[in-house]
Amino acid sequence: MTAGVRQRRAGGGSRIPALLLVPATLALGFLAVPLAGLLARTPWGSLGAELATPRVLEALRLSLVCSVGAVGVSLLLGVPLAFLLARVEFPGRNLVRALTTLSMVLPPVVGGVALLLAFGRRGLVGRWLDEAFGITLPFTTTGAILAEAFVAMPFLVISTEAGLRAMDRRYEDAAATLGAGRWTILRRVTLPLIAPSLGAGVALCWARALGEFGATITFAGNLPGVTQTMPLAVYIALETDLQAAIALSLVLLVVSLAVLVALRDRWFPTA
Amino acid sequence: MLRSRTLLAAMLAVAALALAACGGDDDSGRSSGAASSGELKVFAAASLTAAFTELGQQYTSANGGTKVTFNFAGSQALATQIQQSAPADLFASADIPNMDKVKDLVRTPQNFASSQLQIVVEKGNPKGVMGLDDLANPDLKVVLAAPDVPAGKYAAQILGKANVTVKPVSEEDNVKAVVTKVSLGEADAGIVYVTDVTAGGDKVEGVEIPETQNVLATYPIATVKASKNADMAQAFMELVLSAEGQQVLKQYGFLPPPTT
Repeated sequence: MTAGVRQRRAGGGSRIPALLLVPATLALGFLAVPLAGLLARTPWGSLGAELATPRVLEALRLSLVCSVGAVGVSLLLGVPLAFLLARVEFPGRNLVRALTTLSMVLPPVVGGVALLLAFGRRGLVGRWLDEAFGITLPFTTTGAILAEAFVAMPFLVISTEAGLRAMDRRYEDAAATLGAGRWTILRRVTLPLIAPSLGAGVALCWARALGEFGATITFAGNLPGVTQTMPLAVYIALETDLQAAIALSLVLLVVSLAVLVALRDRWFPTA
Repeated sequence: MLRSRTLLAAMLAVAALALAACGGDDDSGRSSGAASSGELKVFAAASLTAAFTELGQQYTSANGGTKVTFNFAGSQALATQIQQSAPADLFASADIPNMDKVKDLVRTPQNFASSQLQIVVEKGNPKGVMGLDDLANPDLKVVLAAPDVPAGKYAAQILGKANVTVKPVSEEDNVKAVVTKVSLGEADAGIVYVTDVTAGGDKVEGVEIPETQNVLATYPIATVKASKNADMAQAFMELVLSAEGQQVLKQYGFLPPPTT
């Protein structure tokens, strides 16, 4: 993008009809007021005590374990999938890409039901896992990790694939002419070049996993210390202990903000 | 320029629609006195789903098509929603403590039904569950309602009486979710109301809990003070307490309210 184009856009942007400011302000308020509501009702004085209860600490710990686990699964399986989508021409590639991103738009509860029917004790794959290895996934922490990975992995795949498509492949060609093998090129050239996309993908994937609720409660159930992650704890606490629910919500809000700040250069280029 | 104008038109159209929708809401509030066009909102315990749905149909056909919408959930969730001023006209709880939680917001509650609890297992009882003692078996996947849910609280009382320690694999948010997990075959057993076993159909069956260890869950109902449809709410409550209403509840396995 040249400076000329950027200037023209900036000039055009300042000449919007004044009437647009009304709905724009409404939209801003609509998005910001709920957050203000949360902050206004936060029990600041007892916040420390609320967050230090065993139940909250357990949910925090479990959320950390599950979301990091989900990112791990996504890195292990999703990054190779991104390479496949970006670099290999094969029939039905667009269909595969659509399938990959389906769980982003699928209601998470539906995802949870689908996971049960696939990996549950009576599920397509789960039945076999149970019979052959005695492994059952519902009601386990592994199940919660899988539920989170199911909804969060597409964020990593999409981001990584975009990075791969945007990178300058001449660096790889140069490495190849200098005698580097495919693995060496991948490790020493490609991965470092797409590191920013990969990093953004990891952050988004992690944030989505951390916030995952519907698929988790449907597939993995709700048991403190085993499958009750923070969003589940917020939901359950909301029905009995509003203060604890608000405190937990605040933690999730702060984490989300932190992800935004970490990604600000990527999403909101200041230039 | 043309594009931004089209966009503006679209946005204004959306805003107009939103305003129209708000206006519609006001109208229904105003006309609440006339029972013909309003809509009754009943917040009822999840275990009442089948029985109240039928009572709702009876009410609608007896009252010139007045629509009844139900919010079925765990009573603890409903009580909290009413505390947060959710638009409820009538509240039916699966226990008295959750009704007490909103006692300042409702008129005098009346008990309208009761139910005992049962162990729910998959049809054919593949794991051979004979009683509460079997639930302590660590190889058995037991699902209970969460301790804050009435059914979970009753289950804890029952297990306490029987002196059985159960480690559930999940604490579900409402009693129906317990039945679902058992009917899907993901869990082996759960403790639910007798009525949930009946409503669970041919996928599940019940294992009786002896009288000495069982508890009687009492269901109170009350109209909400803030309701704009007080007459309609009162009429629905009277239907529930009437002989016909009690007959419907009986069909779904509920017992009459305790006589105290």
